[in-house]
Amino acid sequence: MTDQAQADAWRDAIFDAFVDAGIAQVAYVPDAGHKRLIERTQAANGMRAMSVATEEDAVACLAGAWLGGQKGALLMQSSGVGNTINMLSLAKTCQFPLPMFITMRGEWGEFNSWQMQMGETTQAHLEISGVKCYRCEEPEDVAETVRVAIEQAYNGQTQTAVLLAQKLVGTKKFSDGGLGDNKK
Amino acid sequence: MSSIETKPDGLIDRRSFVMHLLADRGDDLCVVGGLGSPCYDMKAAGDHPLNFYLYGAMGGAVPMAMGLAAAQPEKRVMALTGDGEVLMGLTGLAAAGAEGLENLIVVVLDNERYGETGQQTTHTARGVNLAQTAIGLGYKSVRDIQTAAEAAELQEWTMTVRGPACAVVKISPDAAGMALPPQDGVYMKHRFRERLLGVQPR
Repeated sequence: MTDQAQADAWRDAIFDAFVDAGIAQVAYVPDAGHKRLIERTQAANGMRAMSVATEEDAVACLAGAWLGGQKGALLMQSSGVGNTINMLSLAKTCQFPLPMFITMRGEWGEFNSWQMQMGETTQAHLEISGVKCYRCEEPEDVAETVRVAIEQAYNGQTQTAVLLAQKLVGTKKFSDGGLGDNKK
Repeated sequence: MSSIETKPDGLIDRRSFVMHLLADRGDDLCVVGGLGSPCYDMKAAGDHPLNFYLYGAMGGAVPMAMGLAAAQPEKRVMALTGDGEVLMGLTGLAAAGAEGLENLIVVVLDNERYGETGQQTTHTARGVNLAQTAIGLGYKSVRDIQTAAEAAELQEWTMTVRGPACAVVKISPDAAGMALPPQDGVYMKHRFRERLLGVQPR
C-alpha cells in the first residue's frame, strides 16, 4: 500500500465506523488531519456535518442531538480540547454520550512551539474531566479503537476520546517559501 | 390567555412574557433554557418534559438547541436564554445562523444584566445590539421587541416562523424571583427522551 493509500485507509476506517454505529451528526472544528474524514462526512447520506467555530459548541450540539434521538461524534485537534472544558460539564452531569476524535499536535517533531502546551496536556485535561482516553499510534489500530470508543460512549452514557497521535496523522510541514531567507 | 405586564420602568415583565410565550404549548415545541432566570421563568410558566434546563454550561443553550433541531426537523425547537448567556456563546449563535435550520428559534431575554451574580451590566447595556447581531449572523427572521404588544405576537411567531429565527426581547431588570426547575440532568434527559422518542432509560 502506498503511503497515501495507507493515510486514506485509516481515515476511511473512522468514517466506516461512524456509518456502522449510526452516527447522524458529526460536529467539527477543522483540522488538516481530519480533512478527508470531514469531506466524507459532508458528502454522506444520512449524516450531517455540523460546522462550529469553537469546540465547546460541538459538545453542546451533540448533547442536543442525543436529546433528539441522534448519535453524534466530535472531530477536533488537541488545541481545541482546551476550549471544551466547562462545556464537558454538560456531558458529564447529564451523562450525555460523547465520542471525540482528536488529532494530536505538539508532539512527534512538531514545528510550532505554540502547539506544545495543549498537545502535552490534552490527555491529562480530558482524564481529569472524566473522559476515557484511548491513544492510537498505528494505522491498523484505528478501526477497532474508534469502534470501541463509540460503543463505550453510547452503551455507557459516558464520554470517550480517541487521541490520534501526530506520528499517525503526520507532522505538519512549515515553510517560509524562501521569503525569510536573507541569503537569497 | 394571560397578559404580558409592563413594569414601572416601562419595560416588559419577564415572568408574564414567558408565561404568555409558552402557554398551551403542547408537544410540538421543545425548549432549551439558558442558565439562570430564563429557567426560572420557564418553570414558573409550567414545567414540561420537553423543557431542558441548563444550570451551567453557560453559552451552551443555542448550540444545544441547534443539535436538537437538526435531529428533530418536525418539531419547533427554541433556545430561551438571556443576554449574558448568549454573549458567552456568540459562536454558537453564529453556528446556528449558518446551519440554517428552519425549525430553530432563539429568544433572548435581554435585561442588560447578569442577574445571577448581582445585576452587573452586560455588553447590551453598552451599545451591543443582539438583534442587529442576529441579522448579521444569518437569521432569516429577527424581531427586536420593545413593548408588551410586540411581545404578545411572539407565541404565534414561534410556531409559524421560518427559521433560523431570533427574537431579542428587552425586559425589565426587575428580578422576578427564583422558581427552581429540576436540577438533575440525567432525570431531565430521560424524561425528555421518553416524551419525545418513547424510549425508556436502560
